[in-house]
Amino acid sequence: MAQSRFQSSKVQSEAQFGYRRHADQDRTGGSMAEYPVVVIGAGPVGLSLAIDLAQRGQGVVLLDDADRIGEGSRAICFSKRSLEFWDRLGIGQRMVDKGVVWCVGKIFHSTSQLYQFDLLPEQGHKRPAFINLQQFYAEGYLVDRVRELAGVDLRWRNKVIALEQRNDHAILTVETPDGPYRIGANYVVACDGARSSLRQMVGAQFAGKVFEDQFLIADVRMTAEFPTERWFWFDPPFHAGRSALLHKQPDDIWRIDLQLNPDADPVAEKKPENVRPRIARMLGHDKFDFEWISLYKFQCRRMDKFIHGRVIFAGDAAHQVSPFGARGANSGLEDAENLAWKLDRVLRKVSPEALLESYHVERSMAADENIRESTRSTDFMAPATRQEARLRKAVLSLARETEFGKRMINGGRLSVPSIYDSPLSTADRDLWRGGPRPGASMPDAPITAPAGETVYLTDAFIKCGTRFTLLEFVNGAMVDPPDGLGVIRIGGDAGFSDSTGLTAVRYDAEPGTAYLLRPDGYVAARFRHPTRIALDAALARAAGND
Amino acid sequence: MALSTRSNFAKPDDAYRAIVEAHRGLSEAQSADLDAALVLILANHIGDIDVLHEAIALAKRRMLEASQQQQQQ
Repeated sequence: MAQSRFQSSKVQSEAQFGYRRHADQDRTGGSMAEYPVVVIGAGPVGLSLAIDLAQRGQGVVLLDDADRIGEGSRAICFSKRSLEFWDRLGIGQRMVDKGVVWCVGKIFHSTSQLYQFDLLPEQGHKRPAFINLQQFYAEGYLVDRVRELAGVDLRWRNKVIALEQRNDHAILTVETPDGPYRIGANYVVACDGARSSLRQMVGAQFAGKVFEDQFLIADVRMTAEFPTERWFWFDPPFHAGRSALLHKQPDDIWRIDLQLNPDADPVAEKKPENVRPRIARMLGHDKFDFEWISLYKFQCRRMDKFIHGRVIFAGDAAHQVSPFGARGANSGLEDAENLAWKLDRVLRKVSPEALLESYHVERSMAADENIRESTRSTDFMAPATRQEARLRKAVLSLARETEFGKRMINGGRLSVPSIYDSPLSTADRDLWRGGPRPGASMPDAPITAPAGETVYLTDAFIKCGTRFTLLEFVNGAMVDPPDGLGVIRIGGDAGFSDSTGLTAVRYDAEPGTAYLLRPDGYVAARFRHPTRIALDAALARAAGND
Repeated sequence: MALSTRSNFAKPDDAYRAIVEAHRGLSEAQSADLDAALVLILANHIGDIDVLHEAIALAKRRMLEASQQQQQQ
């Protein structure tokens, strides 16, 4: 996304990691080392994917061409879904403890507030709608987690410079300070970002819509009493005719995002002496320091296919969106959680390779949705024609006294997990009035363990081993679940109790209701009264075995 | 629900007149602003995306054909 990065000062890079020569580099001739999975790119997506795979028992080599965590805060908003994924990786709590929790956004026009939204207006969820956390913290915690796991072999300053695709594996040539070496991999996952070199190596197109407007991101350090809310302005007095965003991060850092004119001179605009007065007008004072300034334009685009032979693409390497809506890093993390369990099953040969195709189907559909949503936000912020500007003016004006006008204001629609229209789902046969339909992610809810402590459904899912899991609401004689399935039982003597009633509401549950959850916590199938035959069939379908 | 194009007003002239009068005395720019707000208000009142798409398609088709005919004359 960032077109240029500069002027970084102070805190930028949290940690530096040394290059270490690996024994693989001493191999010569035909004795190249071979691994089940090589992940390229130790950003949030690559790190999370490697951890998930390692927790499932896979040995992963993770290569990164740098030797430190990326500079600048970059992504700052991590969604509830991402936190739930990170809970499964054992680092959700650390992220939340450090992050700034928020749920409320406010939209201003000129000097008045038009609209306020709450992204999680109900109780009974383990995780909030969002936390704000500098990307380098998230990456640092992920690296710490990697170090606890024997399964991930993280190699810094290892830059992939060539790829050879074979029928059943790929061979990478990796450049290091000690010279190049080669390694083989059953599968390569490219998480190497928007400028992915792997994408170029497979010769994939990466076309899309380019937006002309320029945006300026500044992270400033100051002590301020603003609430921990997302504030968005259209046409504020301090930045006439354009839009602005203010958002809190940990450590008294505030993210400011200012829309610039399309013809603004990037060299002049990024000079701190030119940025400072603009932000001073916004804040009403001059008592702040710059942590990071970046000027960017963006594109919305995705690869046609996320899988090229033995190379699978995830995150920004596969798709890019505008930053409004926090759909970049979060959708990359959703890619990782979607891919990890499928790749694990294929490598263990309990599912056919065709299961991986569902990764492309589900996540390219999600990418289309994210591109659509963020394109709409961007078009609203930067109207392309006079008529578009006129319609936006009408919306902002109607919003002062109508509810529908408020809801039409688009200052960024924040990331929520997609509902997959998926070949892995078993279509509903029973009658449902609510609850997550097949292809949707599992909603959280509080439950009470037999010993009396309150936990969450997402906790119980992790306790079951983050595998195919049956969530069942007890009704006398239950069906005998297939082997290897986790079971979360609500009701009965040994089960959890739904003491708040929220679980039944969120799952539209009656006695006998059962949900089959995938290892990524998405619903594969649901039944009012499952039979063993129906469960077996749904499980086979969800595992790509039908 | 499909877009209704049969005459729905008991007195269609009253409806037409109300819209015309709303524009009286306005500049071109004000009229355009008024129309934009009116379209959004009415679209929300209808509250049916399929009907909205049909209405847009009809309006656009008539607009294009009318401007073509104008060019031919």
